[in-house]
Amino acid sequence: MTMTTKPVDNGVNTEALIGAREALSQAPEAAEFTWRASCTWAGGTYSRTKIEGFSGLGQEHSHRQVFTYEADHPECFASEDRGATPVEHVLSALASCLTAGVAAVAQYRGIQLRSVTSTIEGRMNVLGILGADPEVRNGFNAIDVRFNIDADATPDEIEALVAQSQKRSAVFDIVTNPTNVSVNVG
Amino acid sequence: MDTTTVVIGAGQSGLAMSHRLTERSIDHVVLERGEVANSWRHERWDSLRLLTPNRESRLPGWRYDGDDPDGFMAVPEVVTFIDSYAAAINAPVLTGTAVTRVETSSRGYQVTTTGGVWNCEALVLAGGAANLASIPSLATTVPVSIDMVTPMTYRSPECLHEGGVLVVGASATGVQLADEIQRSGRTVTIAVGEHVRLPRTYRGRDIFWWMDAAGVLDERHDDVDDLVRARHIPSPQLIGTPEHRSIDLNSLARLGVEIVGRLCSIRDGVAQFSGGLANGCRLADLKMSRLLDRADTWAQETGIDVEDAPLRFQPTSVPSDPTLEIHLHRQAIGTIVWATGYRPDYSWLDLPVLDRKGRIRHDGGVISDAPGVYVLGGNLLRTRRSSYIAGTEQDTYELANHLHEYLDRHACVKAKAC
Repeated sequence: MTMTTKPVDNGVNTEALIGAREALSQAPEAAEFTWRASCTWAGGTYSRTKIEGFSGLGQEHSHRQVFTYEADHPECFASEDRGATPVEHVLSALASCLTAGVAAVAQYRGIQLRSVTSTIEGRMNVLGILGADPEVRNGFNAIDVRFNIDADATPDEIEALVAQSQKRSAVFDIVTNPTNVSVNVG
Repeated sequence: MDTTTVVIGAGQSGLAMSHRLTERSIDHVVLERGEVANSWRHERWDSLRLLTPNRESRLPGWRYDGDDPDGFMAVPEVVTFIDSYAAAINAPVLTGTAVTRVETSSRGYQVTTTGGVWNCEALVLAGGAANLASIPSLATTVPVSIDMVTPMTYRSPECLHEGGVLVVGASATGVQLADEIQRSGRTVTIAVGEHVRLPRTYRGRDIFWWMDAAGVLDERHDDVDDLVRARHIPSPQLIGTPEHRSIDLNSLARLGVEIVGRLCSIRDGVAQFSGGLANGCRLADLKMSRLLDRADTWAQETGIDVEDAPLRFQPTSVPSDPTLEIHLHRQAIGTIVWATGYRPDYSWLDLPVLDRKGRIRHDGGVISDAPGVYVLGGNLLRTRRSSYIAGTEQDTYELANHLHEYLDRHACVKAKAC
């Protein structure tokens, strides 16, 4: 590690996060959050999902703006490719969750980041979603993420950043562990 | 019946505290539900040996004096060690006396037992951190045909039902049981979540020698970054054997044990395991390397003569495509071993000292919500050494001092009130 007197700034307010952790440990009911999205079919395999509000800390919250995500399927699936596929949105969610974690952990550990990039690949046999082979699952067989990180840290410290970000990642947990899902109509 | 201090539990902690109280001429009794060292006698498996070498087997005024300071005591030796201590310090133990209720009283605290009621001013909870096996709630979803055992009921591989064995948890207990069950000729799968990997020996010396020398075991509870987490870290993957061999996921895999991720759910007889196995192993490898870095730095800075050069161990070799699901019947799993930790039993404790998770709120063993009440035992009670027998020396010294001061203050307040 280089010796530096410049304070580390990755743009993450870890004091606030640590304060929140303390506060929520004392008031566990405030730690219960609900995240929401609403989706509208827009013809074909195309849909738009809006994300506006969520609840937590005992109250409703609104994002600073409404975020809209479009999803579709590519032309080789006889669709019009008006948005990324839903499975690519999952890859995006995983990569961005891990990246946020890397920044937060680096800030907490006093490591200055200069650049963090990653590529993510999910391998899938589409015979599953096509219903052509009952032994093939619908989802990914495996996901590979590769980070490239330039930071004031040793290779082992960078490895530890990435490992810790997985340990604290919501999306990593969501994709690696089962979740009960109920889907209802009306 | 009246006494100044009641100590609950006649294991190593309760007896060590009894010795400290006797040294200070504090009148007390030690209440024991069974016999001295009861958990060691009745609730441990046959092959178990201590994780710490004999030189670390110390109680206040008492130490191992055999001819194998580097060896590891088997359970009968531990029982003898503690038994002899109880006799040597002439501890006022009432055996066969189970505590059924503890509440406040005008004197301080009232302790109801199967052998009568005690009133006291101070109270020491030394019943141990491992009274009950901690089993995850998903145990209720295990098919009824599968036998379930805990480290408290398991004795040896011969006692298991026929069929394969799923060991859940990769603490010292989990890896030791997976190791001996696989060696007995069974097919073992081990479900691995967060774990701590340590070599038995490093540069020719026991890992406890290093952790002692480099000050790791002396790290205090109030200096640890995240105490709640630190107290819940599984015990390190170590085994005490005459050969001083290491045990870890690589050694288990070489025996043929299948390594899978953390057990997440059992649905329709299918056990599902986390896909996060590789990261759990990476975290443990990195953490082990940091500890070895610290040992090497210490050795270099102190200039101590260590025969062997620093080295780093092979990373944990994680299967490239680990199993995510096991159909318990089709794969003929006959037994699930829950090596998922222990917890204390406080069902009889009627004092406002438990947090929402049923754990005692305390600061290094001092329970501020019940003045004059202390707790002993458990991970990182006061220092990292608290997890091991030798931790009782310093922990009971410091808490006995605190208790003594409390009694003096208490007597003073009462005198003024009169």
